[in-house]
Amino acid sequence: MSSTTSNKHNTPLKSLPKSLTGIIGLDEITTGGLPAGRPTLICGGAGSGKTLFSIEFIVRGAMDYNEPGVFMAFEEKTEELTQNVTSLGFDLDQLQKEKLIKLDHVHIERSEIEETGEYDLDGLFIRLGYAIDSIGAKRVVLDTIENLFAGLTNQGILRAELKRLFEWLKEKKVTTIITGEKGEGMLTRHGLEEYVSDCVILLDHRINNQISTRLLRIVKYRGSVHGTNEYPFLINEKGISVLPVTSLTLDHPVSSERISSGIPTLDKMLDGQGFFRGSSILVSGTAGTGKTSIAASFADASCQRNERCIYFAFEESPQQIIRNMRSIGLDLQKHIDSGLLKFQASRPTLNGLEMHLVSIHNQIKEFKPAAVVLDPITNLITVGSVSDVKSMLMRLIDFLQAEQITVLFTALSLNNVVNEQTDEGVSSLVDAWLLVRDIESNGERNRGMYVMKSRGMKHSNQVREFVITDKGLNMIDVYLGPEGVLTGSARETQQLQEETGVVLREHAVSRKNREIERKRLVLESKIAGLKEEFESVQDELNKTYIEDELRKEVLDKNREQITRNRHNE
Amino acid sequence: MTDPSQPEDTDPDAEDGFYVLHLFVTGASLHSTRAIANLKQICESYIPGKYSLEVIDVYQQKALAEQEQLIALPLLIKRMPLPERRLVGDLSNTEKVLTGLGLSR
Repeated sequence: MSSTTSNKHNTPLKSLPKSLTGIIGLDEITTGGLPAGRPTLICGGAGSGKTLFSIEFIVRGAMDYNEPGVFMAFEEKTEELTQNVTSLGFDLDQLQKEKLIKLDHVHIERSEIEETGEYDLDGLFIRLGYAIDSIGAKRVVLDTIENLFAGLTNQGILRAELKRLFEWLKEKKVTTIITGEKGEGMLTRHGLEEYVSDCVILLDHRINNQISTRLLRIVKYRGSVHGTNEYPFLINEKGISVLPVTSLTLDHPVSSERISSGIPTLDKMLDGQGFFRGSSILVSGTAGTGKTSIAASFADASCQRNERCIYFAFEESPQQIIRNMRSIGLDLQKHIDSGLLKFQASRPTLNGLEMHLVSIHNQIKEFKPAAVVLDPITNLITVGSVSDVKSMLMRLIDFLQAEQITVLFTALSLNNVVNEQTDEGVSSLVDAWLLVRDIESNGERNRGMYVMKSRGMKHSNQVREFVITDKGLNMIDVYLGPEGVLTGSARETQQLQEETGVVLREHAVSRKNREIERKRLVLESKIAGLKEEFESVQDELNKTYIEDELRKEVLDKNREQITRNRHNE
Repeated sequence: MTDPSQPEDTDPDAEDGFYVLHLFVTGASLHSTRAIANLKQICESYIPGKYSLEVIDVYQQKALAEQEQLIALPLLIKRMPLPERRLVGDLSNTEKVLTGLGLSR
């Protein structure tokens, strides 16, 4: 098989050419799609999605890969088929008009047919060949060719002819999907797998605990590596999406950008800046400790930064959450109106675990949020075992980190120590873990919060009292006093007492100050008196001194006078 | 659904017992030649002069395959008299052919 296939698979060695299906996830598991130019068998029970699978293969081929396709339906009429896939947004009529696909319904009814001797299936060959040539088809679906066995009785002829058909299709170099109903102990009822040996895909629809999960497994793929697990897949309004179970390479990019938790005081506990972007955060606590409020604050903060956020609620309806959060001063409705916030509420029992994961994936791929909230993950345990939930969350965290999306989980923990350590086992996966817990004392219940871990940042080791007010959430330092840690009204009483003490002390201090002032005044007046006294003494002393001086002067003068008088004579 | 190749030979006013037969074959394959020979022989011996036979080579008119819902070939369609019947194969089992044509009593 070589050049004619139109796939862009560029490995250095000339490996098996493949044809992309365009089905989300399938091309990853098959590392590039179905074997080009060869037949692939898709088998499964009734309602396992075979027809949808093959029609999506044709439609995607026609629309995305420029490979026209022929769909030969042995079961459904073309009108029914067209109608059935309208809900997926596939307009088969239009595609037929554009000569991108060709639908052909093969009607075969045993009661109308009499077999009168030897025959062959040349009619089918001519018909198919004509359809392929008329639109230059590269893809063909035969759905479900086994119906021929119901219409015609000669098994020997049919088998030989089918073998010839598949050989012929290979020669035509068209990538073919043949669907087959699952049989007893065999992959298909009539053993088609004998003829189609290149690639076999098994679809399954399994009910576990009353919850159905669709699964896909590649039974064989000759000449190619492929995933061997059972991959869950989902059929929704966008078609089929298959989810690769593992992508655990742990090489996703990391960001050192910090984002706020929506609670300033909590940010302060986290090195003053909040969480890392793209990290995963677990908020766990017992019932009624405000986990949802924390989650809602986080979502609100994300929207305030003008970043999109999806809130997956497994417990409450969106309206309920919006109403409840309004009571603590968070208006989530305005974010919904501006298109930044999206609620996705579903009961865990709506789907199997894998389905939840697939639908979460799809929602995220579509909405492209910067933050995701899952509230609460503990409810998922109702649809799977602890290890299932853990593996699901691990894959989810992996995916989100690869996409640089910050995720916040809430988890309900029961009131015992062992559970604190497990929490569905995600605690080892998450980057930050906040624990909200009850502190019960003095006949009242208060909330305490602490940061159990926070990778890569300095974080507070303090238990803070977590209070929910009508203005939002807040962390308050608990009172650490001689009587130990106090919270709630005990803390408030203590604070009041301290305030009273302060007032009293201030009063005492001011009285003492006044006393000192008075003393100072008294002393100062005394000093002034003494000063006056000293001045009067000084004056007295000065007076005699001056008198003496004057007297001496006068005497001197007089003597001088007398002396002059004598000389004059 | 009209037959583009032989539009007017199914005559609705045909008298009772007139057979309008279409035989779809694929070129000169073994099955085809055998079917033609077998059919001619049966018609001549059971309904001589009371039938019209059209042999159509599907290779020449490939679009017919879809229109006529052809899968297994050779295929004989008895258009008239009603009800329409489809007979698959080389018509070697005369018993079955006669039943299919409504000729066995």
